[in-house]
Amino acid sequence: MKPMVKIVIYSMLSVAAVVWLLPVLWVVISALKTNSDLYSFPPKLWPQPVTFEHFKEAFRKGDFGLYFMNSTIVTVSSTVLLLLINSMAGFALAKYRFRGSTIILIGFISTLMIPIEVIMIPIFKVLSALGLYNSLLAIIIPPAATPTGVFLMRQYLLSVPDELLEAARMDGAGEWKIYWSIILPIAKPILAVLAIFSFMWRWDDFVWPLIAISDPSKYTIQLALSNFIGEYNVDWGSLLAMSVITMLPVLIVFMVFQRYFVSGMITSGMKG
Amino acid sequence: MSEGQRLNRNTLAKQNRKLVIAPYLFILPNLLIFGTFIVFPSLLGLYYSFHVYDGLNPMKFNGLDNYIKIIGDREFWSTIGRTGIYAAIVVPLIYAAALGIALLLAREIRMRGFFRAVFYWPTMISYIIVGLTWKWIFGDSFGILNHLLTVVGVEPVGFLTSSFWANTAVIIATVWSRAGFFMVIFIAGLQAIPTDYYEAARLDGATGMKVFRYITLPLLKPTSLLVVMLTLIDAFKAFPLMFALTGGGPGKETTYIVQYIYEIGFNRQELGLASAMSVMLFILIGGFSALQFRLSKGGAV
Repeated sequence: MKPMVKIVIYSMLSVAAVVWLLPVLWVVISALKTNSDLYSFPPKLWPQPVTFEHFKEAFRKGDFGLYFMNSTIVTVSSTVLLLLINSMAGFALAKYRFRGSTIILIGFISTLMIPIEVIMIPIFKVLSALGLYNSLLAIIIPPAATPTGVFLMRQYLLSVPDELLEAARMDGAGEWKIYWSIILPIAKPILAVLAIFSFMWRWDDFVWPLIAISDPSKYTIQLALSNFIGEYNVDWGSLLAMSVITMLPVLIVFMVFQRYFVSGMITSGMKG
Repeated sequence: MSEGQRLNRNTLAKQNRKLVIAPYLFILPNLLIFGTFIVFPSLLGLYYSFHVYDGLNPMKFNGLDNYIKIIGDREFWSTIGRTGIYAAIVVPLIYAAALGIALLLAREIRMRGFFRAVFYWPTMISYIIVGLTWKWIFGDSFGILNHLLTVVGVEPVGFLTSSFWANTAVIIATVWSRAGFFMVIFIAGLQAIPTDYYEAARLDGATGMKVFRYITLPLLKPTSLLVVMLTLIDAFKAFPLMFALTGGGPGKETTYIVQYIYEIGFNRQELGLASAMSVMLFILIGGFSALQFRLSKGGAV
């Protein structure tokens, strides 16, 4: 590569990267400012002094700890449930020949076209009728049966040789045993990708909680944040601090699993 | 028949029976949840759309009246129009930004992982936080942007109180939060182009723009279609980001179709009417998806 070209590419990338980084950086910097610095003019580029007051305040006030807890419960249990039932369904669709399998598969895939936003109202009625309205179960169970997950599992498990399953059956292994002690260990890489996706989907989700929850003691973080923004007197200090804390788990997951992320993205290309 | 043979046949029969039932049992939990929370509500929504229903009093059948009402509802059409304009601006912008960054990052350069992470990272942040972040920047009295404008001697702008600027803010936030996702898809698409094509083009003396125009762009067509369709569908579902950034305001200036449906359904309790609007939105989105299948037929997506 010619040096000129290199310089042009690097400078374009750097400018773009700075533009992309600044918004979040500004939020983080602002969250570390004292209240008087937060609205001072001209704005100080660096917080002087650095204070964690807003972070403490966020947890003291506004029940942020509770919302954080709710989000954690929802994210973890929904992800476990998703991994279990999606791998089971994917296994069935990949490794058994049975009546209706094609229809079921097509049905799963075609519902990818139904955005949750379009059926918010009937979903709300169903949740109410089942007594799930205002309960965390309503954001844990329904989104766990995602077609993306079933489809990814199926595609991955198609590559498992039938002979492996036959051999296990010869040895007297039941179907559940085969799933549990042969399929699941084989599927670890794809399970990891799905776990990451599920973590992100549930942690970031807003529409399901908005439909299912009205009781503040059941709020997830995203729901709580959106409610705080809507308040007449916005307390930006704690709001910014809460945002920073809320971004942290996603950032950690992202850094730890970066490679899975990009490859998973490339194979699935989905956010749902 | 010897004892052993009979035993063998028995176990075989048992195993066959198990093989027939097992797949259904494995798929059952998914089907149950899926049927209850996706399939059934979809049909229920269609059913509601032909009724007058406030969620409390008994439903009343009224045929196509909801649809007729929607056709005459100027606000519905202006939210659709607004969503359409938003899509028409956001889709090419995301396309250009994602492809541009992907092209820069497709080469062997140092710190490639770092750059990818920088652009991908916003796609991991929830729309609520994206909205909040940009509100902190565009805010009329507290935003950094207005501070900076005052520094260079320009009058502060009511970014979130003018229709034009509020929509601009929404568009900027959308592009910022989504470009990285499609950048990765473009990188995958670029990697799938065999290098011989480039070498052949080089031998023929093609350079820079020519290679891009005649090699990269045509071979990227399936990826491009996928990106355009996904961004288009995303744009028509846009809602949480605006909810956090502008609240749909000023007035209704950044209220797009999904938020409007939400307000009709949940705030005004007109469940039948909102369901009919949902059906129309679904037809719109389904139309785009069908178009995508048409266009990408044979394409490796």
